[in-house]
Amino acid sequence: MINRGSDWMQKVEVLAAWLLAFLWAAPLLYAVWAAFHPMDFVSRFVLTAPLTLDNFRSAWKVAPFARYFFNTFVLVSITLAGQFILCTMAAYAFARFEFPGKEIVFLLVLVQIMIMPDVLIVQNYKTVSQLGLVDTILGIGLPYMASAFGIFLLRQAFKQVPKELVEAARVEGAGWLSVLWKVYIPLAKPTYLAYGLVSVSYHWNNFLWPVIITNSTETRPLTVGLSIFGAPESGVNFSVISAGTLLAVSPLLIAFLLFQRQFVQSFMRSGIK
Amino acid sequence: MKLKRPISVQVYAWLLLLPALVLMVAFTHYPIVGGFIASFFSTGREGRASKFIGLENYSSMIADPVFWQVLQNNLIYALGVIPISVILAIFMAVCVNGRLPGRSIVRTAYFTPTILPMIAVANIWLFFYTPQIGLLDQIRGLFNIPSHSWLGDTSTALGCMMVLAIWKDAGFFMIFFLAALQGIPPELEEAALIEGAGRWYYFRRVTLPLLMPTMLFVLVNATINSFKLVDHIFILTKGGPDNASSLLLYYIWEVAFGFWDTAYASTLTVVLLVILCLAAITQFRYMEKRVHYQ
Repeated sequence: MINRGSDWMQKVEVLAAWLLAFLWAAPLLYAVWAAFHPMDFVSRFVLTAPLTLDNFRSAWKVAPFARYFFNTFVLVSITLAGQFILCTMAAYAFARFEFPGKEIVFLLVLVQIMIMPDVLIVQNYKTVSQLGLVDTILGIGLPYMASAFGIFLLRQAFKQVPKELVEAARVEGAGWLSVLWKVYIPLAKPTYLAYGLVSVSYHWNNFLWPVIITNSTETRPLTVGLSIFGAPESGVNFSVISAGTLLAVSPLLIAFLLFQRQFVQSFMRSGIK
Repeated sequence: MKLKRPISVQVYAWLLLLPALVLMVAFTHYPIVGGFIASFFSTGREGRASKFIGLENYSSMIADPVFWQVLQNNLIYALGVIPISVILAIFMAVCVNGRLPGRSIVRTAYFTPTILPMIAVANIWLFFYTPQIGLLDQIRGLFNIPSHSWLGDTSTALGCMMVLAIWKDAGFFMIFFLAALQGIPPELEEAALIEGAGRWYYFRRVTLPLLMPTMLFVLVNATINSFKLVDHIFILTKGGPDNASSLLLYYIWEVAFGFWDTAYASTLTVVLLVILCLAAITQFRYMEKRVHYQ
């Protein structure tokens, strides 16, 4: 029997949950309001306020968003491609083979889960400049390609592959590489999807390392472009900044709203170790 | 014959590992070791080569009031952001896991800040905090409270960062608690409620203990995050006023790429790495314990 007291408690809980949801959605909803209305209505919420796309037009004109989009797209693609290839190979070695020093090497890999290249900016900048990769998109992506997190997730997935399947493929004369290609990778597809989504959202949003490495429009990703565009020195009003910000986040945001389940599950999976 | 195959397999395994290992050593292990070594040398400038100076960088760090300020800021930041965002995350997870009307909309609202870039949300929040025309001051204006320079005041700048960080992180942590809650069989709650346990009692005595492993994972991640994510500072305050809102990694960036004092920046990085290692050791210790019980 549910007594009246807990019924009342439940109502408060629902109310609090909704209030919190409103607070959490408000900044983005507010940016949408500001972006689609003239600057005069930026903090006057009247339903009759005229809608406009002018803010998007001026944002597109003020900053080279097309170029930033292209740069981010290239960055995210080459980083993910590099991660998939390198992490697959390394995870396969850890999951399928026995070799001396395996435990030590794996521990060395795990170091990177705690200390990511993000905090090693000083030395990594030296390395990247010695490689001549300052102000290149490859220079932004390279430190992240050998991802311990990716190796870890794929190793887990590869370990779940039944030995019988591998043996059967071996009996049929498949080499180790074709076993990887035909047995392991297809069975680990959900892990690739999960890791891919986490990686793409991470690198789409990453800022500190790209701002250090890039210094021209030709290489700057969206986040760096957005920081220049939103700076007070650029003299752009808040409506235009909102429009530009929405432009920059829209591909990922739309993808998230469409494939919410996959996103949420990918982030969940990434945390279950 | 018997020995030949394992060796070729070993070579094969090492070849598979090699590309990832080379890059990982180059961008993770080498900079850790290289940075540590660099912290004992002076910064090389034009016409003045870098030379060994022992602990001089460390003694100037101890004498640097800005270092102590950013370290203190970072601790306040972590101690404020982590508990509040974790408590909110648990509340969110419990709500979204239960029979809440409009559950999927609420869940979307909670989680959306996670996938937005920090730079983008900082642009939006900057406007909230702007004096006079900003939303916060407009609301205060309705009640005739005078305008306040939220980001320009040493006593409120760091707090503004913390509010933003809590908003950004809570939904992300919610996901992990939600995953853990979904692993608890619903019969458990039914049984407890039939036995007459209140909802709060059930939460305290059953749910919360079952969430503990997740809690540790989230706490470690939240700690790392609070020392690793400084993007919003670039937009909101640039560390000011008077370093009141600067965090350790932002200061490292300033020293390395603003003042080009890479040796001192390396020294500061060593401190940051020690903090991250402490977080790591906590987690590994715990994981060992859990393996033991299994």
